[in-house]
Amino acid sequence: MGYDLKMRIWRGDQSGGALGDYTVEVSEGEVVLDALHRVQASQAGDLAIRWNCKAGKCGSCSAEINGRPRLLCMTRLSDFEEGETVTVTPLRAFPVIRDLVTDVSFNYEKARELPSFAPPPRDADGKRRMAQVDVERGQEFRKCIECFLCQNVCHVVRDHEENKPAFAGPRFFLRYAELDMHPLDTHDRRELAQGAAGLGMCNITKCCTEVCPEGIKITDNAIIPMKERVVDRKYDPLVWLGNKIGLRNKDIDGRT
Amino acid sequence: MSTPVNDRHPMTGNEMSGEAAGGMERHTYDVVVVGAGGAGLRAAIAAHEAGARTALVCKSLLGKAHTVMAEGGIAAAMANRWPEDNWEVHFRDTMRGGKMLNNWRMAQLHAQEAPERVMELEDWGALFDRTDDGLISQRDFGGHKYARLAHVGDRTGLEMIRTLQQRAVSLGIDVFMECTVTEILLDEGAGGAVAGAFAYWRETGRFVLFETPSVILATGGIGKSFKVTSNSWEYTGDGHALAMRSGASLINMEFVQFHPTGMVWPPSVKGLLVTESVRGDGGILKNSEGERFMFDYIPEYFKSETADTVEEADRWYEDKANNRRPPELLPRDEVARAINSEIKAGRGTPHGGIYLDIASRRSREFIRKRLPSMYHQFKELADVDITAEPMEIGPTCHYVMGGVEVDADTQESSVTGLYAVGECSGGMHGSNRLGGNSLGDLLVFGKRAGEAATAYVNALRASGRDVVVDERDVKAAEQSALAPFEVEGGENPYTIQSDLQQSMNDLVGIIRTAPELERSLSEIEAFKVRAASMKVEGHRQYNPGWHLALDLRNMLIVSECIAKAALAREESRGGHTRDDFPGPDEEWATKNLVVNLNAEGTGVDLYEKPLPVMPDELQKYFEPATAEPPAESKEGK
Repeated sequence: MGYDLKMRIWRGDQSGGALGDYTVEVSEGEVVLDALHRVQASQAGDLAIRWNCKAGKCGSCSAEINGRPRLLCMTRLSDFEEGETVTVTPLRAFPVIRDLVTDVSFNYEKARELPSFAPPPRDADGKRRMAQVDVERGQEFRKCIECFLCQNVCHVVRDHEENKPAFAGPRFFLRYAELDMHPLDTHDRRELAQGAAGLGMCNITKCCTEVCPEGIKITDNAIIPMKERVVDRKYDPLVWLGNKIGLRNKDIDGRT
Repeated sequence: MSTPVNDRHPMTGNEMSGEAAGGMERHTYDVVVVGAGGAGLRAAIAAHEAGARTALVCKSLLGKAHTVMAEGGIAAAMANRWPEDNWEVHFRDTMRGGKMLNNWRMAQLHAQEAPERVMELEDWGALFDRTDDGLISQRDFGGHKYARLAHVGDRTGLEMIRTLQQRAVSLGIDVFMECTVTEILLDEGAGGAVAGAFAYWRETGRFVLFETPSVILATGGIGKSFKVTSNSWEYTGDGHALAMRSGASLINMEFVQFHPTGMVWPPSVKGLLVTESVRGDGGILKNSEGERFMFDYIPEYFKSETADTVEEADRWYEDKANNRRPPELLPRDEVARAINSEIKAGRGTPHGGIYLDIASRRSREFIRKRLPSMYHQFKELADVDITAEPMEIGPTCHYVMGGVEVDADTQESSVTGLYAVGECSGGMHGSNRLGGNSLGDLLVFGKRAGEAATAYVNALRASGRDVVVDERDVKAAEQSALAPFEVEGGENPYTIQSDLQQSMNDLVGIIRTAPELERSLSEIEAFKVRAASMKVEGHRQYNPGWHLALDLRNMLIVSECIAKAALAREESRGGHTRDDFPGPDEEWATKNLVVNLNAEGTGVDLYEKPLPVMPDELQKYFEPATAEPPAESKEGK
């Protein structure tokens, strides 16, 4: 039933740090966050961790477990052998604040750069109508819990700090796609996604999809369709010619 | 790598000061909102749109607040599924669910305004599930006569908080993330009106002073005082305690909602919420003998509208006009008590819960479509496939009906300039909240408070008066926040918190008695002594031990309010069940219990207050209230 788990936890701040060794008693059905909480309560009261819901719904407790970006609250200890050492380190793509807590403000800055939803007026009776089938595409993207694991694992920024200003990252490509596919949104966001958000820098390694705890098919359902929409607009010779000579071109949704 | 912490100001772009140790960052605003869940975000948006310079201060990152955990939906009489539905029916359901102890005016405003608040979310980009004719879908929930919960699968809270967060960001509202308010500062010269708020950055441990004539508390609940809870670490009753220390009063604190269905196994997820939508969509409760026991627990009060046979209950899902509701959809207090009785009578599951079964009643596709989060939660955390086997559930501390006593229309407390919205305000839900009424509550009263606070500030400015922070109060707040670092050889705050949670769970839980409540009050006194000498290791930078030490003060004062009010109310009603006073008592049907901080600031004073009287045009929706007989004991069955 219960056993002693060996853990290595990164301790430190922006000036540097190291892995510390801890041994903590754990029991059946527990997750990595439980073990860390026990370390915190009994051995290291000042161990810094971000967490909130402990149910995989808020996306606060992102970290790297044995080098893999995961949610601490959804990683069960039964995933590891009893003798195995579990190593927990902070997200690598973001600057460390302390221990397992990183400065994720990059993501909040990118969120501010996005033009918000722009709906048409409501229907005459004060309601809005959308078909279930039309909202489902966007609903998949809105399942995102903003854990930023995809942002952390994306190699465009993970090892290339210099790319950050020009690259919004997968979480925000989801947002662009969600709004572009929203049955009521009146903006055309394709230019912006390609230009300001750096959609073109993504080369579809699908790492983001692989680490998404919500199982959102980020690459297949959001990024690739967005890339296609951009390409239609930008590189289709007929469209280009039509634009040149002033013919209005419409896409599949009847938008110019 | 990163820029040094000192130059960076997350989100706000405000000039940082206080570079030197002990320096103080200062900001001036019209309205400061404490808490960024649904209520706080909605209040900040309303204040900003009304023209106020607004700051939003939250303990966690933006978008992580506990609203994210709300699953079922937003109750609003939009009549998209049932044309018969309207605000009057919703109002009546709310009052009856709260056993008539609600503030009638709040219940009325909520029922009237919720539909428009939901439509606003859609204007801001929310993607609700749809009916066949393209309108917002509405689902069934306990205590609601008609299907009226606007929802997105079973992750409505996430949709709501994300929509409001994106709205707030697009409006450019200043957000102070991971920043904890520890004191509200008053201007004694201006009759004790709000003058500011004192806080610390979790990241650096440095202090921040907000100079502002109005503060809106939107801090959520108190669940962290209990061992088994669906609530997150932030739920330490901060707003309740801040208001009390400012001189405001709390109301209805004896009413704590234990949600009937929380996970019971594995131990690490004990208490985690299992949404009421499972029952709304056809799930039923069974004991270890396979019996659908809720039919044995239908109280007199709800007999006329509750099915008393399995056949009628099952027909109701398809034909609501000619059948009555299944007993699984009684209000939460009734269901939680029934589950508790079954477990106590030895008819519980191996892990000490009760079975919640939807697998045998709905298709795999239906369950995966309607309850995706629940499917995921049980699969990942308990290895249970809810489309193939029943879930094991038991009651979990979920919500506090009690909170700051406020004016129904403006949400202002008895302290000028201090407002409270959402779970930390009291009155709206009476003795028991209906599922779905919380999200609506956040939106309706968040907006009202944001507008009322702005109006107050405008009037204050127009009159040429101003409020001023007393620097001595700032010094005192600083010293109080740093006290845990000064202690030699004190106790670990984690230990005290864990003992408090166990004590509250054992003595002030679902079923209460006078001797246990008295014992809990004396234990709380002992905790206070222990907490006075808490010791924190390490330094001020992102130190959870220190944060807990500060939060614990709030938890203790709020726990005392709950225990004291629970001891005083000698009857059983809604979220308050006394084993020694098993039935409701007419004499208690017309009174609220109000608590204040005593003059010395060391404990709690309690007094009774008559309920506001409902006007006749609303009174007509209720037939003469019939008293409920005590729920029969099933021990001898």
